[in-house]
Amino acid sequence: MDPVHAVKGRAIPLNRRDVDTDQIIPAKYLKRIERTGYGPFAFESWRKDPDFVLNNPAYAGAPVLLAKQNFGSGSSREHAVWALDGLGVRVVIAPSFADIFKSNSFQGGLLTVELPDEDIDYLIARAEELPESELEVDLESQTVRTVDRSWERRFEIDPFKKYRLLRGLDDIAMTLEYKDDIDKFEATRPAFLPAKRSS
Amino acid sequence: MAEPRTLSEKIWEAHVVSSPLQEEARRRALTEAGQTEAESMLGQRPELLYIDLHLVHEVTSAQAFEGLRLAGREVRRPDLTLATVDHNVPTLDRDKPWPDPLSVQQAAVMSGNAAEFAVPFFGISDQRQGIVHVIGPEQGLTQPGMTIVCGDSHTSTHGAFGALAIGIGTSEVEHVLVTQTLRQVRPQTMAIEVEGRLPEGISAKDVILSIIRTIGVGGGTGHVVEYRGEAIRALSMEGRMTVCNMSIEAGARAGLVAPDDTTFAYVEGRPFAPKGRQWEQALDYWRTLPTDADARFDKVVTLQAASIEPSVTWGTTPAQSVAVTGRVPDPDGFDDPTARELGKRSLTYMDLKPDTAIEDIALDRVFIGSCTNSRIEDLRAAAAVARGYRVAASVQAMVVPGSGLVKAQAEAEGLDRVFLEAGFEWRDAGCSMCLGMNPDFLLPGERCASTSNRNFEGRQGAGGRTHLVSPEMAAAAAVAGHFVDIRSWRRN
Repeated sequence: MDPVHAVKGRAIPLNRRDVDTDQIIPAKYLKRIERTGYGPFAFESWRKDPDFVLNNPAYAGAPVLLAKQNFGSGSSREHAVWALDGLGVRVVIAPSFADIFKSNSFQGGLLTVELPDEDIDYLIARAEELPESELEVDLESQTVRTVDRSWERRFEIDPFKKYRLLRGLDDIAMTLEYKDDIDKFEATRPAFLPAKRSS
Repeated sequence: MAEPRTLSEKIWEAHVVSSPLQEEARRRALTEAGQTEAESMLGQRPELLYIDLHLVHEVTSAQAFEGLRLAGREVRRPDLTLATVDHNVPTLDRDKPWPDPLSVQQAAVMSGNAAEFAVPFFGISDQRQGIVHVIGPEQGLTQPGMTIVCGDSHTSTHGAFGALAIGIGTSEVEHVLVTQTLRQVRPQTMAIEVEGRLPEGISAKDVILSIIRTIGVGGGTGHVVEYRGEAIRALSMEGRMTVCNMSIEAGARAGLVAPDDTTFAYVEGRPFAPKGRQWEQALDYWRTLPTDADARFDKVVTLQAASIEPSVTWGTTPAQSVAVTGRVPDPDGFDDPTARELGKRSLTYMDLKPDTAIEDIALDRVFIGSCTNSRIEDLRAAAAVARGYRVAASVQAMVVPGSGLVKAQAEAEGLDRVFLEAGFEWRDAGCSMCLGMNPDFLLPGERCASTSNRNFEGRQGAGGRTHLVSPEMAAAAAVAGHFVDIRSWRRN
């Protein structure tokens, strides 16, 4: 995974709550066996509406996505993160996220920032009014601010998550450092637990 | 005396390979940057949990196996892993070539990966093939006290056995394949108590839809939910699986029910259930699992079973439901402005007007199936309603069993005849029209009564309109052509 430090750019005001992963990437596009190439299908059905925010050229390629509560609810498909990445989104700012989406984002280096409702409302209104205005999201200092620095908020992130994102560390490599612990634990598992003979 | 603990805390603690403290100590010794960096990593550190069972399907695993290949890694415990194909599989004409070449490729990649990494695999021609969350319990692989993961959000289903079952993404699938562990931050605990007895005609689906309506689609976020109370205890294993299945629709990390004699009777004798002396040892352990009397939950929600009615969703989130005797609400009356806005959008998408009686909503399609409601008891319940009736001329109705074995059992009981004589289609096992990755999907504008779990926009096919209901309600709607109150249904 590439390290994540700071994101600077325009913000897409996706003024909706409970945005589910079926909207972010419909199931029919989950048949592909790659991790890339999902961007063109992101929000496919909402994009059929000419007034949908992503059809506004002013927001094309913007790296910040603003949404309301419970973003990413629904299925465990990591393809949702890959689809947002394909759109050029590097950070999603919302009042809350669904658990699996948040975990998948962390795995894929997509930053999820939680801010209170009133801050989101402000940022959405601002991005709607001034599409060219830019935000800066800085992981090191845990801040979101307007580039003119007239508005700034600090966000919370778990220190270990931050550490790992800043360095782009690979979970599997880190866990393999505990191979001895895993071996030891495995030796103590009760014999009644189910195991299959390999085919 | 030991601190009283909840069921999920007991399972969690029995599976910690490395706690944050051990890990932190190790890190301190390892880090070259010294004290400051080590301290910056303190916080909500994940724990490393050992995983007892990893279920794998074709949609969320290809990229994970590719990661193993690229890194030259092996599957650590193929014997604790089971793969199948369920999302893409056609439910008709299985002996003929599949219509979608991408589905063919995805299934072929699954079987190729299973062979290459020696992972046991129930392929399309294996009678044990089916929806992952149906076949785990059916094989006796799902047992109390286990940790279970799958690259699928409905993994919560297995919690019905008193297992901690967590849906994960593809990167985590790769992590579990390589290490047989999962990094997890300890969740909070929530108790949902359903007090009293369920009235006649109320199913487990109505219970969970009512729970989701009460706590909201984000109500369980960050929590593991334990379903408790007399109404839950009285449910069969199939009913408990239906309830736990939709924990994710309330946003919960997992949902579970304490194991009891109902659980043990279901597990006993299944292919992977413990036998003989090991069965006795397992039982002794399983009986220690239920939440201790004085244990505390971070959150407690209580529902009265007597107030639960047959439920129908009217909108595009699973929390937007109402009693079948009710009417489509008017979002203008909602207090929360975001709920109002969402409600209006939902009604536009669903092509419904406020104040429409639910029983006046006419249907084009009926789908009985999915990991929520495709087990033998679900099919029995639907067949008991459909017996001796005909599906309305305006409706296309299909029944999709959860596994090849469920299908065989249903046929042995003559349920297939009941459905076929009533005009339902009787299909082969798979996820089917729950999400329409196979050839079963709604056409734009079609309205469906579905026993599945998600009524999101386009979930069952672009432009399709989904109403979530129980198997009984779906069968009755198929016959009537519109929703009807199952409590007044005359059974033949």
